[in-house]
Amino acid sequence: MTMVEIDHLSKSFGDFRAVDDISLTVSKGEVLGFLGPNGAGKTTTMRMVCGFLTPTSGTARVCGHDVVTQSRATKQVIGYLPEGSPSYDDMSVRNFLRFIAEIRGFTGQERDDRIHRVVKRLDLGDVIERPIDVLSKGYRRRVGLAQSILHDPPVLILDEPTDGLDPNQKHEVRGLIKEMSTDKAIVISTHILEEVEAVCSRAVIIGRGKVLADGTAADLRALVPGGNLDEVFRFVTTGRQAAE
Amino acid sequence: MRNVWIITRRELAAYFSTPVAFVFIAIFVAMTGALTFYIGRFFERDQATLDTFFAYHPFLYLALVPAVSMRLWAEERKTGTIEQLLTLPITTTEAVLGKFIAAWLFCGIALALTVTMWITVNVLGDPDNGAIMVGYIGSFLMAGAFLAIGICMSALTRNQIIAFIAGAVVCFLFTMSGLDLVLNIFRGWAPSALIETIASFSFLSRFQSLTRGVVEVRDIIFLVSVTAFWLFATVIFVDARKAA
Repeated sequence: MTMVEIDHLSKSFGDFRAVDDISLTVSKGEVLGFLGPNGAGKTTTMRMVCGFLTPTSGTARVCGHDVVTQSRATKQVIGYLPEGSPSYDDMSVRNFLRFIAEIRGFTGQERDDRIHRVVKRLDLGDVIERPIDVLSKGYRRRVGLAQSILHDPPVLILDEPTDGLDPNQKHEVRGLIKEMSTDKAIVISTHILEEVEAVCSRAVIIGRGKVLADGTAADLRALVPGGNLDEVFRFVTTGRQAAE
Repeated sequence: MRNVWIITRRELAAYFSTPVAFVFIAIFVAMTGALTFYIGRFFERDQATLDTFFAYHPFLYLALVPAVSMRLWAEERKTGTIEQLLTLPITTTEAVLGKFIAAWLFCGIALALTVTMWITVNVLGDPDNGAIMVGYIGSFLMAGAFLAIGICMSALTRNQIIAFIAGAVVCFLFTMSGLDLVLNIFRGWAPSALIETIASFSFLSRFQSLTRGVVEVRDIIFLVSVTAFWLFATVIFVDARKAA
């Protein structure tokens, strides 16, 4: 079942074409790895799908809702972790999650139950009363993940969910993503190639705003002799092989 | 409306999460007292009115209200939380209104704490309490109009200092446009219709008639529509420049 359908999406900032006619789909049960060098248009694409940026042309549909014309409906079915997981530093973890829960329409016991569940799932119990600005990077990222899955959305869009985490934390976050992938469509952006192997069922490589390659890790490996993913990445995004 | 209130609550809590809010309120209350008693010569005038008290409000607001509004959008943009906020299922209008109401309530709290002035004048004499009531309402409405301008300036930048200065400058122009100081620049060359138009935009003349206890519906409509206009502009600017 197709959950996310990106349809000829483009975005220009002045003369700069950040995203250039991207089309792709993500189905339920899939974890799509969104790869590309810095500045390739990963974040811009995700921001358009999540309704933060308005596309210059084209559109995307999430669970059948058009992101341009049915913005609120799409935002309800998406859980989004923005790049760097920005959150209100002056709030405690509990108050922040409560704010998110209320905006998502949960009140009373249900709100508290949902907060309790995500806090347990992301192991935030020890820091729940602390203000977010004193938390370590790993905890902050987990707070960001907690807010994105609080409403149990059918579509998860995570912009660099493991960036800046230590190996143990990365392992935990990947475990969480895998665990959730059975009944959701998940898109994660990353430039860490090992992540593709670890969690993604499919990967899309983009560069200069265009889709350059789309397939499973095995498909991508077949693109270069030897099948090293780093070399695939280099080959696809620059057209050169590492040995050259 | 539910979302507006949730955002208002969060913003109000953010104001009081640091001691700055209390310092701000203390300064406001102390300054209104000092200006009324020392500069306004409250006792020497030997009149049971709060005219002198209200007369200084526009000038106090000029310095203090942009300080209340400056962080509202500039900070969201600087820390990136604007992306978190606007990818939640809310509209930009709800976010702008929620923030405005929080700031307005904050100013209302500061204004309400000057109640000691009202008690003083009632102990010392027999003032026209109806006129004082109208003065308070006028002052509160004017604070709202100043705030709307300040929020709009805050939406244009990620730098709170710039938001403050721009807010103070625009508020200054609106406050002073009825004075000869400003109008003399236009006299002699501009058509009188233009001069009258500029003069009619003055907050000061509207506010002065209210503090004299004269409830002119058009003065109230003027302040409310100025507020609505700037809030509307804020929604447009936030939408247009949210990722900038």
